[in-house]
Amino acid sequence: MTYISTLYAYLFYFAAFVLVAGLAAKVFQYARTPAPLKIPTTPAPTTRAGVAFRITREVVFFESLFRGNKWIWIFGWIFHFGLFLVTLRHLRYFIDPVWAPIQFIQPFGVYGGIAMVVGLAGLWARRFLVDRVRYITSPSDHLILALLIAIGLSGLSMRFVVHTDVIRVKEFFQGLYVGQFSTLPADPLLLGHLLLVALLMIIFPYSKLLHMPGLFFSPSRNQVDNPRERRHIAPWARRLEQQ
Amino acid sequence: MAKADFAVPVLKQYPEIPAIEPGVMAHSAPFKSKEEFQAPLGFPGQLVDDWQQKALDKMGDLLGRYRGLRVYLDSCVKCGSCTDKCHYYLGTHDPKNMPVGRQDLMRKVYRRYFTLAGKFFPKLVGAEDFTEEVLSDWYSYFHQCSQCRRCSVFCPYGIDTAEISMAAREIMDHIGVGQKYCNEIIAKVYRIGNNLGLPGPALADTLEGLEEDVFDDTGVEVKYPLDQEGVDILFVTPSADFFAEPHVDGLIGYGKVMHEAGVSWTFSSYASEAANFGMFIGSYDNMRRVALRIREAAIKLGVKRIVFGECGHAWRVAYSFLNTLAGPWDFLDPRYPVPQHICEFTYDLMQQGKLNFDKSLNDDMVLTYHDSCNVARASRMGDRPGGQFDIPRAIIRATCNNFYDMDEDTIRDRTFCCGGGGGLLTDDLMEIRVKGAQPRVEALNNVIQEKGVTHMAAICAICKSQFTKVLPYYGMDMDQIVSVHQLVSNALILTGQTSDEDAEETADEAA
Repeated sequence: MTYISTLYAYLFYFAAFVLVAGLAAKVFQYARTPAPLKIPTTPAPTTRAGVAFRITREVVFFESLFRGNKWIWIFGWIFHFGLFLVTLRHLRYFIDPVWAPIQFIQPFGVYGGIAMVVGLAGLWARRFLVDRVRYITSPSDHLILALLIAIGLSGLSMRFVVHTDVIRVKEFFQGLYVGQFSTLPADPLLLGHLLLVALLMIIFPYSKLLHMPGLFFSPSRNQVDNPRERRHIAPWARRLEQQ
Repeated sequence: MAKADFAVPVLKQYPEIPAIEPGVMAHSAPFKSKEEFQAPLGFPGQLVDDWQQKALDKMGDLLGRYRGLRVYLDSCVKCGSCTDKCHYYLGTHDPKNMPVGRQDLMRKVYRRYFTLAGKFFPKLVGAEDFTEEVLSDWYSYFHQCSQCRRCSVFCPYGIDTAEISMAAREIMDHIGVGQKYCNEIIAKVYRIGNNLGLPGPALADTLEGLEEDVFDDTGVEVKYPLDQEGVDILFVTPSADFFAEPHVDGLIGYGKVMHEAGVSWTFSSYASEAANFGMFIGSYDNMRRVALRIREAAIKLGVKRIVFGECGHAWRVAYSFLNTLAGPWDFLDPRYPVPQHICEFTYDLMQQGKLNFDKSLNDDMVLTYHDSCNVARASRMGDRPGGQFDIPRAIIRATCNNFYDMDEDTIRDRTFCCGGGGGLLTDDLMEIRVKGAQPRVEALNNVIQEKGVTHMAAICAICKSQFTKVLPYYGMDMDQIVSVHQLVSNALILTGQTSDEDAEETADEAA
């Protein structure tokens, strides 16, 4: 089994590298590209603090989606909030000692896992049931949903059906910090779960999952409505003036 | 009722989300531009050799210059929130008129050539080669978007299809596939000074005629000056205001308000156009060239302030972009915003109690108000967010006794476009204009039935022209659309104005 553990160790080094480097490259690309015109969707905040509040509402409550479609909002929000709780619950594998808030969140993380799968199922159902959404769905949209649901179900199975040795899982990930390859439990569910998570990390910077950094860089949401008070000009546009 | 060679949508009491009918609007495309209209804008006159590579080069260029374009093409998760928000989808049922459907026309090309996933697994992620069929779809469907931004309100990431339509038109212009309507008009602005091609002497003649009309009506010498140097205010308004009903009634109102304010002001024959079609075609260069005419006129005339007349996309360019394109405005009076909207100007005077209204003079109308898309979602009035909704309504309420809003889902930032914005206000696109007007006309029809509304006021030249043309297709009258400053003009009692009774008395004495 050490052979598989070693393979997984390298897989997670690779996945973590792709996720971090890929996202960093994308964020760098977004940050470097100028937004030459003021295009906030109005009414928009007139101060930076107001913009921060607007983005926070979008990130935490999905405000625009709420106005747009209640079904997508409820399923989407349940999924994302569930995923958030699940992520917090999983922090216990990556920190030692485990902080008190993370200990406190543990049982909620399980509900989060259930919520996540329910939300994803709802979103997937829409891809079949609503003709407009069916029309815009690509194979990759189905695959990403399948991937996330498989991650959720395999995780929940280890909680409710076949337990795995979580102590050794933690040892494995703690070992990765210092280049020590501990042995993972040889449970198919666990290995499947981890494989899918690594896959998710790898596709993140190359798929629509880019909506996560995208939201923070969206000019229609992150710009301050003050074009008359302050002159906004991109470097390439300023060069036109010097010609 | 106007005759149509297509099926005019049926108005319902409650809005319905239609089932998709793929391809039903694929035939709709505007007349193509020609060499003579392309050249003045710096674009090739016909489809260039090697068009695919040149288009991709241009797309790469734009991706490096517009963060929004890059972020919007990357971020869509195909959630479906926007799918029932576009008036052109609701009116035509064509899924390529769903905002995401329209975006995907560009997104599939972007993915194919600019993303790893699309280069290696095109089928999987819906990436496609940039073929002639795709280009034909682009020309057709990117000219079925009025850049109204309604989709961006409901998108969880604020993806704005307008930005993508503009980029698509810019790319097409660069390979010689331009739209006649927009490009011919921009060339006309360069040559003559305004979209309608009205030369200075014609403007002078029109304005002189208006002065006589207003004097006959009121007995007050209200001036409509042109090219007067050394005045306080340069007034920039869409050229339709000089030309047609109901626009010109609004223009009469501007002059009366200026008169009561006691300020000196002038139109300019050089910058006799508020609209900036450079935005419609996504061309920063052309938008800037058009905007700079206003700067040049302001400098030449030596004014201290700039005020804009009623126009939607124009107000977007004026409010949001003018400082960027033609600023800084440090030579103007810093006590006033640059530019100001005529509604802000009128509202300020109302607050100071300088305008004396007799509301009953508008009692022959029951009004509703159409929030023009680009005023609502791409600009502001006053110093608080949402002033663009409240200020025009405050003016209407101050000048009219009978006012009712349309359904909440169809006003303010959720307003529907008139169906003619974004460079679609041309007769060769009549079908999409009529069908795209359906959601707005449906909401209008409901307040007509329920509240007895007779007229709809608007502050956009495109909206006014579009409804004048389109309302008859739905069995309504073309004159049911009015200017907000037409209402102001009707109700405003000028200082020293002879009332009708006075006039009769004078007549009696004379007899």
